[in-house]
Amino acid sequence: MEDDNAEDMEVEILSSMWPEDIDAAGKKFNVEKPGVDQDLLEDLTFNEEPTIVDFQRLLELTNYSEKGSSQLSYLVKNWEWKQENAVRLLREELENLRKQQHGFELKKLEILEEHRFENDDYGCDKRPVSILDEVYEIFQDVPKKRTDVIVQDETLEIDDECDANTVRYWKQRALHFEKLLSISVQREQMLLEKLEESIEKLEKQSSPVEELSQILKRADNFLHFVLQNAPVVIGHQDKELRYRFIYNHFPSLGEEDIIGKTDVEIFKGGGVKESQDFKKEVLEKGIPGKREITFETELFGAKTFLIYVEPVFSKAGETIGVNYMGMEITDQVKKREKMAKLREEIAVQKARETELNKTIHITEETMRAKQILATMSHEIRSPLSGIISMAEILSTTKVDKDQKQLLSVMLSSGDLVLQLINDILDFSKVESGVMKLEATKFRPREVIKHVLQTAAASLKKMLILEGHVADDVPVEVIGDVLRIRQILTNLISNAVKFTHEGKIKIKLYLITDPCLEDQIKHEENEPQSHGNMVWIRCDVQDTGIGIPETALPLLFKKYMQAGTDTARKYGGTGLGLAICKQLVELMGGRLTVTSKVNHGSTFTFVLPHKVPQACDSSDETDDYQDGDDNGSMDEDDVNCGFFQFKTQTLGSLFSCNGYGPTHELTRNEVGSDKLDRASVLENNNTNHMTVDQDEDRPFHDPCIKKNRPSNLNMMRVDSSTTTSKSSARHKILLVEDTVVNVMVAKRMMKQLNQDMDVVNNGVEALRAVQRCDYSLILMDVCMPVMDGLQATRLIRSYEKNSNWDEARLAGVDITDQMSREPRKRIPIIAMTANAMSESAEECFTNGMDSFITKPVTLQKLKQCLEQYLPSQ
Amino acid sequence: MAAVSQLQRQFIEYATSLYNEGYLDDQFTQLQKLQDESNPDFVVEVVSLFFEDSEKLLNNLATALQQKIVDYKQVDSHVHQFKGSSSSIGAQRVTTVCVHFRNYCDEQNLDGCLRCLQQLNHEYILVRNKLEALFRLEQQILQAGGSIPMME
Repeated sequence: MEDDNAEDMEVEILSSMWPEDIDAAGKKFNVEKPGVDQDLLEDLTFNEEPTIVDFQRLLELTNYSEKGSSQLSYLVKNWEWKQENAVRLLREELENLRKQQHGFELKKLEILEEHRFENDDYGCDKRPVSILDEVYEIFQDVPKKRTDVIVQDETLEIDDECDANTVRYWKQRALHFEKLLSISVQREQMLLEKLEESIEKLEKQSSPVEELSQILKRADNFLHFVLQNAPVVIGHQDKELRYRFIYNHFPSLGEEDIIGKTDVEIFKGGGVKESQDFKKEVLEKGIPGKREITFETELFGAKTFLIYVEPVFSKAGETIGVNYMGMEITDQVKKREKMAKLREEIAVQKARETELNKTIHITEETMRAKQILATMSHEIRSPLSGIISMAEILSTTKVDKDQKQLLSVMLSSGDLVLQLINDILDFSKVESGVMKLEATKFRPREVIKHVLQTAAASLKKMLILEGHVADDVPVEVIGDVLRIRQILTNLISNAVKFTHEGKIKIKLYLITDPCLEDQIKHEENEPQSHGNMVWIRCDVQDTGIGIPETALPLLFKKYMQAGTDTARKYGGTGLGLAICKQLVELMGGRLTVTSKVNHGSTFTFVLPHKVPQACDSSDETDDYQDGDDNGSMDEDDVNCGFFQFKTQTLGSLFSCNGYGPTHELTRNEVGSDKLDRASVLENNNTNHMTVDQDEDRPFHDPCIKKNRPSNLNMMRVDSSTTTSKSSARHKILLVEDTVVNVMVAKRMMKQLNQDMDVVNNGVEALRAVQRCDYSLILMDVCMPVMDGLQATRLIRSYEKNSNWDEARLAGVDITDQMSREPRKRIPIIAMTANAMSESAEECFTNGMDSFITKPVTLQKLKQCLEQYLPSQ
Repeated sequence: MAAVSQLQRQFIEYATSLYNEGYLDDQFTQLQKLQDESNPDFVVEVVSLFFEDSEKLLNNLATALQQKIVDYKQVDSHVHQFKGSSSSIGAQRVTTVCVHFRNYCDEQNLDGCLRCLQQLNHEYILVRNKLEALFRLEQQILQAGGSIPMME
């Protein structure tokens, strides 16, 4: 509203919302402590001139809005009421006064009357003049007597009697009237003046301007008073959102900076546009609204305001502007956010607490589980081992056959139960997290060998157990040997259990880290050995009954077996694989399986291992030189990567292939003895197979054998012959088909410190003779394919002619080697079972030098050697 | 050590009985002599080999004699083998039966052969059981900490 007056005296009051650092321009209008500068106000003299209000204009102005006009009407009503009141009051007053006047007059009359007509009988001439007589005109009419009432009659009486008095009378009368006229004119003049005065007074004293401005002032002061420190700003904006009015605005801005401008013109920064848009929205919608807006301006920094905007409607209903009120709530917002954060933190704390409690609970449970396991282990195993031990001891006492049978059942059952208990306890250990893994150095090749050995030792079926260890697998790795052994044993025993014929293979090789892709950066397709970590993969392959696809996913679950009657058919608890899987995973690896029904299965596990830094293999192998038995390992065996075990009912025999560069030339008896036996066994086994399957499988030429990796014996023998001719050993050939005889003969030869090659029939003998120089041949007479007599004959022909023509004639597929010098005569000793039918005559006829009768004894052999080998 | 000596006595008794009853002969002693510290299991191994071999041979013999037309040469060669191996380890009674068996083969006497086969089976099982018992005794002695006494 336009009220210049009010504006002129406007005092800018500092509100606490504004920052301290406002420029001088703003400070000019700031009154920090209003009370202090009150004298400021005192200096000013407010010249309030009475103004004349232009009601018309006022009406126009207030007509813009309903509110305005209503307010105006209210004010006017107020004033009218006041006026009316005043009028009423005045009238009442007037009334009172008149009444009083009247009363007084009456009283006066009374008094006068009393005093006037006192003594009539006094002297008539002398009139008592009372002091109250001033009222009367002295020189006027004679005082009247009571009885004498003379009424001065001013009425015009036309008295015909006094004609002469008429002119005089009328002149008198005219003068009188002139006087009266002038008096009345005067009076009129006076009245007019008075009217003027009163009009002025009226305006001055009780004009609505006064009222209005007073009301305004009051309101204004109130506003000031209330808001001087309040963080509130009030304003009014028009349709274009230009400020028409602002109250308590930012101190550094002047009026001119605000009025007539829009928000975006005044401020710059975050939130300004938003507030403007909001106001527009309110304008358009016509609905008041509240919103919290965060500003970020150069003017006053970062502050959050809660603004309330309401539209202002004209009498016609159009929006003509908005009223806007803003309150600074930055602190409140901060507090609110803090509260929210606090609440979050509390929630987090609570969650942590519950977690901790859980952990404590779990730890307690683990402790209890450990305790239980320890107790169980002891409690259950003690009496069980007691039972087993007693049964064992019992078995050593004098028991008859039946009792022995019962005892053996007891023992095997006991072992089974013990195994079971161990399995279960192991499983519980892993599950409850009590199982601790060790990290020790071990040799994977050894482990594989031992596992296979042990399995072979207790094999009842005809199976081949093989171990293949790749070259790049390190000699030593770090891991939990016991557990790995356990896993391997389990897998092997499963394989053995479910395989009735064929082979069981363990393959060990390095792979690239299955998870890391950094592998590719380092070496392409080479196993990572940087950071001395290797991933070793082990495949346990069998040619057994296989596993149906449907059973595969359930395989590793506890107590699960592949078929419902598997337990009945094959035994077992179903825990083995579950334990294996758990152990493998505990060690950081994975266990998987592939299988084909009736073909076989392959169980694969991958484990990470650390490689020990420096292993002085050269020193360590010396330790292995001495000693015999299963524990012994030669230099070669350290790098030995291939093992093969055949089933034996008892004992452990093996052949080993060394990939190492060196061969021991002087072998200790033990090593070579074992190896000899092995090759013998191989022959025997193959022999067996031939006999069994009725195939005409050709026996391998002993000399050809040296090309086969599995017969080191020949290699060794070869090396010994090629490297030293002056060796103490002579080459002896044994031609014998019966395995038992071979074994016995070989052993005897060993006792006599001789190596011996073995072939199984005459044809093989020919080939052997062709390949190698032999000092002596022991020839069995009765053999399949070609018997001893014929073989001897052909050998003699070869010796004589330096060719194998005769042999070829006989149907033997054998080629000549022309580079050979003519062979000298080899002593051939016949081994006859019956001296009668295989008579001495016949032997000699066919070219044999001598004969020995079977069974072969050490003595006989010794004599033979002494006789026919050149003495050394 | 009382247990050991007792076991050893038992062993000697038993072994002697075997020789006396003709189950084993001198050849077996020879084998035992071949066993030493470097080859502690030699005898056992040889004998096991013999068992295996024998079982196969027996099967083969059975099969061969069940043929409609019996190949006596084949049968003979099997028996010959059996004879050889049994004599090598000193299974005397088995060897003896083999000799008889061979005669029947020469004669092509089926009945005789069959009877011999039966006998052979019988003798073989006997000697096997005896030997296994002997070995068990050996094991016990070894487990008790003693050493196996040598036979004269």
